[in-house]
Parts: sequence; structure tokens; C-alpha cells
Amino acid sequence: MIIKLIDFLRNRLKTVVVLCFVGLGLLVVWDIIFVDKEHAHTHIEHWPFFWSLFGFGGCVLIILFSKWFGHCHWFGGKFTIMAPEDYYDK
Amino acid sequence: MINSMWVHPSLILILGGLGLPFVARGPLRKMYLVAIPVAAFLFTYFMPHGTYATTNFMDWTLTFGRVDALSKVFAYIMTLMCIIGTIYGLHVDEDVQHIAAWFYVAGSLGVIFAGDYLVVFLFWELMAFASVFLVWFRRGPKSLATGYRYLLVHTFGGLLLLAGIILRYKATGGDLSFNLLTDVANGQQGFSFHNIFNVSLPSFLIMLGFILNAGVPPLHAWLPDAYGEASVPAAVFMCAFTTKTAIYALARSCAGMDILVPLGVVMSLYGVVYAVLENDSRRLLAYHIISQVGYMVAGCGIGTAMAINGAVAHAFAHILYKGLLFMGCGSVLHMTGESKFTELGGLYRKMPRTFVFTMIGGLSISAFPLFSGFVSKSMIISAGFEEHLYWVGFLLTLASAGTFLHTGLKVPYFIWFGKNSCCKETWEKAADPPWNMQLAMGIAAFFCIFIGCYIPYLYNMLPFQEEAHHYAQIVYSSYHVSETLQILLFTAVGFFLLLKKLVPEPTISIDLDWFYRMGGRGFYWLARKPIQSADTGVGEGYRYLGLFPLMTMARFWSWFDWNAIDGVVDGIARSVRGVGALARRLQSGWLQASLFYAASAVAIILIVYVLN
Repeated sequence: MIIKLIDFLRNRLKTVVVLCFVGLGLLVVWDIIFVDKEHAHTHIEHWPFFWSLFGFGGCVLIILFSKWFGHCHWFGGKFTIMAPEDYYDK
Repeated sequence: MINSMWVHPSLILILGGLGLPFVARGPLRKMYLVAIPVAAFLFTYFMPHGTYATTNFMDWTLTFGRVDALSKVFAYIMTLMCIIGTIYGLHVDEDVQHIAAWFYVAGSLGVIFAGDYLVVFLFWELMAFASVFLVWFRRGPKSLATGYRYLLVHTFGGLLLLAGIILRYKATGGDLSFNLLTDVANGQQGFSFHNIFNVSLPSFLIMLGFILNAGVPPLHAWLPDAYGEASVPAAVFMCAFTTKTAIYALARSCAGMDILVPLGVVMSLYGVVYAVLENDSRRLLAYHIISQVGYMVAGCGIGTAMAINGAVAHAFAHILYKGLLFMGCGSVLHMTGESKFTELGGLYRKMPRTFVFTMIGGLSISAFPLFSGFVSKSMIISAGFEEHLYWVGFLLTLASAGTFLHTGLKVPYFIWFGKNSCCKETWEKAADPPWNMQLAMGIAAFFCIFIGCYIPYLYNMLPFQEEAHHYAQIVYSSYHVSETLQILLFTAVGFFLLLKKLVPEPTISIDLDWFYRMGGRGFYWLARKPIQSADTGVGEGYRYLGLFPLMTMARFWSWFDWNAIDGVVDGIARSVRGVGALARRLQSGWLQASLFYAASAVAIILIVYVLN
């Protein structure tokens, strides 16, 4: 049953993606128009799209920073954080 | 009366473990395996608050049973997880694996119910020594070395703790009660971020001992090292107990220590960054333990009633969903023999139920509404905002975006979807795991959803009830739901846009264990090069300074021996030989001659005798 459902969705991937984006749009609209922001802690949280941009930007930042951190050649060349799997066996 | 009836749940597990080898194989053994943790759970559940099992030992009064709201909620979740973990490992035939796991839980429960630092230390060490066997019992090529590293790090942590306890004992004039550490000199909280140099050393050492077990960088590298290498059921146990027992200890003794707030925030982001780089699914989850425990450490550091509630609630939820995630990825490893993303992919056709369970764990850790993380994690973040620590609130929120990115998206995507990198053998072996593993995952998944949907279940157990009831009214406010959904769903957009960047690479990530792993190698080098050179040098020096005179002396004595002593000895020998030769010449072999000599000799003797 689970496999059938997943296959059903995968076969209609474009529709699923479009529906997801529609859902995201509705979420943002709902947030701007209807959500009571009384519980917000800071002024900045009252801006429209704030948490959407925070989520997206945070995700991009984490991925790019981490990959840079992992691939950067530290201490002038040879050493990278992401090392070959047999690093400690050598 | 009640005091005499109180039974320590650790005792049930220890005695139950010792009795296990005497239970016959078969269905009875499986029932026994479930019954013992259930008994420990029931004893914990029906335990009234109070102080039990105090004994006098030498000069000290040891308290083994302090039962209050804080210790009870931790003991509740630990024993519950012990049931789930034991069911997950029900297929394991080897008695010692179950015994080690139960002893490990017993250590954790012992710390939780301890009323003084000596008992804490006793059970702290039991935990470390029992859990190292969980690493060794995988019996993989690396298990032995990993286990020794784990043991060495924890022994170091235990020694820090012991040093702190002894110094505190001296400084306070004999107070060992396991309570909030207050500075001896001024009665203030021992340790403050703003007042970092006014640390009392005992408090500092005790805190260091605790945060080593919590996995706070730079004392964290043992965690992914050991949890990635432990056997499949053992990792399920390990991910629950060590770090969360440390959180209990911090909540008990270090609540409000400001330094824990930045440490916790650093932890939560550190784990996220390393999780991006990680290729091994269980090591990735281990890095996310560091990240999630970071929230709890920060909560302990903020120290308000709401923050402590949050730390406790998050520890409770975390034990269940992290156990579930380790069970899910462990099932994949158990069935296929692979845990690396680069060797997996597309498994949803083969292991659909495992996928659903793991996904529930992923959604819970990511704090999706209606899942357990949502009602626990946000409490810590809100406590940060309420204390006007805005940077804490925003950075922890950033870390929760990272959590969803990895555990909610990366793990399921690259194991169950994505490019199918399974080799033929892996693909053929892949299937949903045995019934007991699925049952354990089902129970944990149920609790993950139940906690998220029915708030009073968890909130009624929290130590500060008033704050918990207050927060229960706002946790599902439209603002909080909208905020969380936006963060998480837009994180998902970012994930799919940058999917190419996230394709796993067959690498390992160098972490701070480099220092002691390479330090160990440095020790070898030291042994091989300088120490050996020194040894050779000493040898050479000895040859010239010691051996040469010795040899000269020896030569002298040799000469003396040859010419003087042997001269004497040989002289005697030569004389004897000469006499022998003379005697030989006398003996011609003729009978007459012999008779002649003999008669002559007798005659001479007689003449001499007569003349005298």
C-alpha cells in the first residue's frame, strides 16, 4: 500500500510539485492576512515573509557554508575536513 | 515502612541481567527479556515522591533514592526506552549484549535517583564501563579501537568529575549533596558567562565532567565515533542514555550557569554543519544528537522554569525520536549490511515500513506540528526569547532548519529515494526487518505522534507545572504553527534546489578526535623515533662509558684468570700429569717387575718402621 502510494505520487511528480508550491503560497498568504502575531517576540518577526525567507536562507547558508567548510584546504593545502575513508588507516 | 518497600529500578535490571544466562532459550527467554524492563518501568511509574535507600558508608550518608518530579520524569523515559530498545534487540541471542545494555540503563537510573555526588560517580562509571561493551560487541574490524577510545575519553571525564567532587567536599566542609552547585565563597551560582574568571574550581570540574558526557564541543568527538561503530541494537541504547543522563545532571546541578548557553548554541550548529558532510547515516544521526542536545544544554544554561521544562521535555521527546531514527537506519544496516548513503538509495520498494517509521522520527526531530519535537523544542527557543536572548532564539531556530534539512530530508531521500547506488547483493538482501524490530519502531513512532497531539501527557510530567500549563495554551497558537511551517517548508525548497550540492560523497569527516587519534599515533612516533633514539643513545653511551671499562676490566680478569689462577690450577694439574707420566714409566706391565717394586716398597716401609 505504501509502495503504491509512493509510486502514484512519483508518476505525477509535476502535479505534486505544483501542488506543493500552491500550498506554500497559501501558507504565506494565510500568515500575512490571518495569523495573529501577538506572540512574536521581536519587531522583525512582524515583517511579511520573514520566517519563509529565514527558512530558505538558513537552509542555503547551512549547505553552502558546510560544503565550503568541508572542502576548504586548511593550513595551506593538504588538509581538508572531508578526508578519504582510509584516512586513519594509513 | 515505605522506605523498606522501595526498590531501586537499577537493582531490577542488574539482578535481571545476572539471571538471564539461567533462563532457557525459547519463548520463555523472550518473555523474560521484556518482563524485566517492564518491571523496572512499573516500579518507576508507581514510585511516590520522597527520599529512599539512605545508607551510612564510613563517614558519609549515601542516598540512592531521591524521587522528585525531575528525577521521575527522566527515570520514566529511560525505563520506557529500555523496554523499546530491548524489544528491538529481542532477536539477539548473546546474553552478554542484553546484560551490558541493562547494566548501562541501570547506571543511568542510578545517576537519576542519586542524592549525592558519590553515588552519582559510582553509577556514572558503571554507565561508561557497561556501554563500552556495547561498542565491542559489534566485533567489527574497528570496534576494539573505537571502544578503547570511548573508554579513555569517558575515564578522563570521570576523573574530572571525581576531582571536582573531592575538591567540593573539601571546600564545603563535607557537603556532597547532588543539588544546584553554588559557589562556596559568595553563595552565588558557581559559574557565569559575565563573570567567567570567578569560577570555583570544584564547580567547574564537575560541570566539565557532565558536559563531556553531554557531547559539548570540544569534548564531543567520542559520540559519532562510538555511535557510528556500535552494534545495531546497542546504538539504539547508546543514543538515549549517556547524553540525556548528562542533561539530567546539568539540570539538577548547573541550571542557570550562563556559560552553557553559548556552548549549547555552538553545539546545535556544530552538529548541523558536520551532518551536511557526513556520508554514514548513523554518524549523521550521531551528529544530530549533538545538535539536539545543544538545545537542552542551552535550556539548562538559561535556567528559568520554562527553560528547564523545555530541556526536560526535549530530552523526553528526543530519546523517543532519536531512538526511532537509530532503529530505522539500524534496520537498514541490519538487513543490507550498509549504512553509507553512497551505497544505498531507492529502497522504498524494499523497506517501505522502515521508511514510514524513519520519516515519523524525522518529522518529530524537525518539530513538525503534531509531532513530538514541536511541543518540546519550541519551549527552549521561547524561553530564550523571553529572557531577551534574541541571538540564542534565532540561532537555535536556524539549527532547527538544519535539522529538518538532514534528518527529515537528507536521510530519507538518499536511503529510500534518490539514485539507487545499491550493489546487487545489497538490493537482494534489503527487506523490512524482523517483527520485533518493527514492533519497537511502531511503539516509538506511536509515542512521537502521541506526545505531539496530546499535550497533557508530557506536560503533566514536567517539573514546573505552572509554566507548563501556561505554555500548553500557546504552543499550538496560529502564529507558532505558521512560523514553524514556513521555516520547515522553505527549508525543503532550499533542499530540492541545492540537491546536487548535497549528493553524498564517500569521505569521512575529520573531527576533533583527530587530536587524540593522531595524538595516539604521535605517541607511537614518539616511541619509535625519539624514545628509540634515546634508547639507542643510551645504549651507545653505555657502550663507551659503561661497557668499555667493563670490557677492560673483564679482559684484565680474563688475563688474571688465565695466567694467575689457572697458572696455579694448571700448575697442579701439570704436576699431577708429570707424576702420572713418571708412574706410568714405572709400570712396565711385567708381573715380576711389579712384584719387585711392590716387595721393595714393603721392604723400605718395614726398614723405616723398624729403624724408628
